[in-house]
Amino acid sequence: MRAGVLVFPGSNGDRDLAVAFRAAGFDVKMVWHKDSSLPDNLDIVGIPGGFSYGDYLRCGAIAAQSPICRAVADHAGRGGYVLGVCNGFQVLTETGLLPGALLRNSGLKYVCRTVGLQVATAASAFTENYSAGDTVEIPIAHHDGNYFADDDTLARLHGEDRVAFTYLDNPNGSVQDIAGILSENRRVLGMMPHPERAADPVLGGTDGKAMFHALAGTFATA
Amino acid sequence: MLKTGVLDPQGEAVRHALGAMGFDGVNGVRQGKVIELDLDDSVSEEDVTRMCEQLLANTVIESYSVEMG
Repeated sequence: MRAGVLVFPGSNGDRDLAVAFRAAGFDVKMVWHKDSSLPDNLDIVGIPGGFSYGDYLRCGAIAAQSPICRAVADHAGRGGYVLGVCNGFQVLTETGLLPGALLRNSGLKYVCRTVGLQVATAASAFTENYSAGDTVEIPIAHHDGNYFADDDTLARLHGEDRVAFTYLDNPNGSVQDIAGILSENRRVLGMMPHPERAADPVLGGTDGKAMFHALAGTFATA
Repeated sequence: MLKTGVLDPQGEAVRHALGAMGFDGVNGVRQGKVIELDLDDSVSEEDVTRMCEQLLANTVIESYSVEMG
């Protein structure tokens, strides 16, 4: 099993994401943003949290135009898996791989704390080790996590069971409490909370671990 | 500019601050962004529109207008 984790100038969750993938049994390659192709035979690409390109213009906007993101779009287009966390979620919406956008938090403050999430669907390789309705504790750390999508997009997301996680106590104004969404083929997940920061007891929680193990299970049997 | 219907919490904070300073009658504040481009003569308004669509604006949430001067 091979995972690639992108590294942009300003990424700060890249090594955490790599540790969580490795702990679940993945061989992890770090992939520099200037590379124009991904390493061969990757099962999944992780787009980490942080402040790619200093959040200039809009969070994730410059990263979305980087050479490696074209390769990630091709990978996703071929049915490849992608996990975007926090800034990675912002990058995925800016590339158009996921619908909607992440706006400034409604309270205008950077919010950094562990929050309760509800698993909205277990029907994905990311969430199949949870049950729909489960409550998990996962940290958030963002200034621009206020998910927005128009009514048609929201209706489609719900109709296709593509909302992956919702906040129990909305910390940022996200429409319909949405914390994470899946692509149409359910192989791209973007979420603001950080499962990799809740994947080892030493970090204060392990509720995120099930995601990395679920992915490992998918690729081990593939 | 953020599109109509997209909540602008920063604009709302500015509106509150103006009210607190005693400026009455400000019913709404929408905050946007100005991006100045220094262009060669060969660059057309159409080119700039493409730049807006592909990078400078996120049309999911923002509207934009181009002024050539």
